[in-house]
Amino acid sequence: MVSVVAERTAEIEPTSTAVEAAEKPVPIETRKLSHCFGIGETRKQVLYDIDLRIERGELTILMGASGSGKTTLLTLIGCLRAVEDGSVKLLGEELNGASEETLTQCRRRLGFIFQAHNLHDSLTAMQNVRMGLEVHGADAMRRCQIASAHILTLLGLEDRLDYLPANLSGGQKQRVAVARALVGNPDIVFADEPTAALDKDSGHHVVAMLKRLAKERGTTILMVTHDNRVLEMADRIITMEDGQILKDER
Amino acid sequence: MTALLTRLLGRLPIGWLQLVHNRMRLLAALAGVAFANILIFMQLGFLGALASTTLTPYRAFDAGILIMSPETNTLGDAGTLPRQRMYQALSVPGVASASAVFTGMLEWERENGGTSSLRVIGIDPEFLPLKGEDIISMRDRLRLEDVALLDQDTRGVPADVLKKVRTGNPVSFETAGRTITIEGLFSIGAGFGSDGYLIVSDQTFLRLFPSRSSGAPNYIFVNADPSVSTVDLVERLRNVLPALDARVMTKDDAAQADQDYELTERPIGIIFGFGVAIGILVGIIIVYQVLSTDVADHLAEYATFKAIGYRQNFFLGIVFEEAIILAILGFVPGLLFSLVLYSGVSAATGLPIAMDASRAIAVLVGTILMCAISGAIATRRLAAADPADLF
Repeated sequence: MVSVVAERTAEIEPTSTAVEAAEKPVPIETRKLSHCFGIGETRKQVLYDIDLRIERGELTILMGASGSGKTTLLTLIGCLRAVEDGSVKLLGEELNGASEETLTQCRRRLGFIFQAHNLHDSLTAMQNVRMGLEVHGADAMRRCQIASAHILTLLGLEDRLDYLPANLSGGQKQRVAVARALVGNPDIVFADEPTAALDKDSGHHVVAMLKRLAKERGTTILMVTHDNRVLEMADRIITMEDGQILKDER
Repeated sequence: MTALLTRLLGRLPIGWLQLVHNRMRLLAALAGVAFANILIFMQLGFLGALASTTLTPYRAFDAGILIMSPETNTLGDAGTLPRQRMYQALSVPGVASASAVFTGMLEWERENGGTSSLRVIGIDPEFLPLKGEDIISMRDRLRLEDVALLDQDTRGVPADVLKKVRTGNPVSFETAGRTITIEGLFSIGAGFGSDGYLIVSDQTFLRLFPSRSSGAPNYIFVNADPSVSTVDLVERLRNVLPALDARVMTKDDAAQADQDYELTERPIGIIFGFGVAIGILVGIIIVYQVLSTDVADHLAEYATFKAIGYRQNFFLGIVFEEAIILAILGFVPGLLFSLVLYSGVSAATGLPIAMDASRAIAVLVGTILMCAISGAIATRRLAAADPADLF
């Protein structure tokens, strides 16, 4: 069984370590997580005592109207915003009160896919993906050429490797951004409306790929989306309203 | 270039790629750096010319020790001292020779309308305390009334005048009511205070400047016996001569003091120094403007990289990478253009404005530093890259 997993993962990332991953702690665990914006009169609470536990290898979709607090929750768990009240344990690491260095180290184990592609427009598709790998240091650098090309090929961009973002279509840009998030072999992938800029087919393709990643590599996926076309692929759907979890269905 | 920088930095040269991606901005930045370099090079060129033209006349003086008035700051503003001091000096053991030297300014107005202001040096032909075969060989001619030697590098002198003198046909001109005959040439060169030099005997000098008296020369040139060191003799002379009206210095010290005064006390030296400072400031502002705009344009990308897990140092690295690339790429056209301007200005003014390797290297290092300072200021805008704003 192990060998089968390892073989399949090699398709995505040649040197994946699926065996080690099996011993990793719970990816995401929050307890009594609250968050407020502003101070004094304008202080507004956006999250109320969120208790959430997400297991390894699950594709979880987070839904909710705008202002429901789902983006805030995502930025808190994703080490992009400081946790002030309550506890977030990311891969066993407590984020409340963590140092900037700890947060940076944590971020390197995550993959982010943003609603806007946020590609660097001076870098080619290949170079943009490479940035997702270079962050892991010299070791990753040595194999980044192969890995970057490989993952772009998987996403159907093999003939667009040396294109600047300006010469790519919206869907292609988004796929490059997905490649950048995945090339570092992250433990958790955070995605914010990743299919918004894609047509039905490529949207489905991207989510299917994330899903396969979750199954084969044990990657945990947390995705914010309103796209009904992809809901069927989720392992779990959490609906938020007014800073609280309204529904949690499998 | 990208491959080279990748190897050099051990990462993708993002700064370089950003700069190349926006060609117009890169060109503007390089033009700015080059402009600042040209400003700095020109001011340093003038400053260097001022420094060297201050020293050149001293090199022609055949004297180890100069005695002058305490009021004297430079060759151009030399005060007078009593001729008596020369006789006193001659009585000091170790003094081999001493002679009085007069200096003054004279306008040479030519028929074609050109004028040259000449610094006249009046010497005693008997001792002739000047160096150079072309001067010494004219000793006997200089004894004659109204005979002069002209600096062949004098600014504005027509070539045919020089040619005539060189081929043994003396050239005469009228000045201060007398007719001066140029019988020979020598070489010192134009400076900031005069267009050139004229050497005459002390007798001719006093005829040209009737208000001057033979009892009050500007300098007393002293040579030491080979058995005595110049420094010891300076000490002895200081003990004998009254400090009130006679300052004793070695020639080298006097030349150095003259140069220091020109560079740091006279407005001209300060103006050039100020010009260098302005050049640096212009460079810093232009490069800062370019770099900070570039940072501001890429805040979203930087925030994304922060979210991926890049540290603050990585972004500082990008900004400094850009700063150093701008410094080096801007320096090259700046240097080339300055070389062209140097030869142009040098030909037009007769001033010895020339590039030397140490100046070029100093300006290159200064340019890199200047760009690094701009980069350091520009990095303050990096703080605005907040990954929490990305979702």
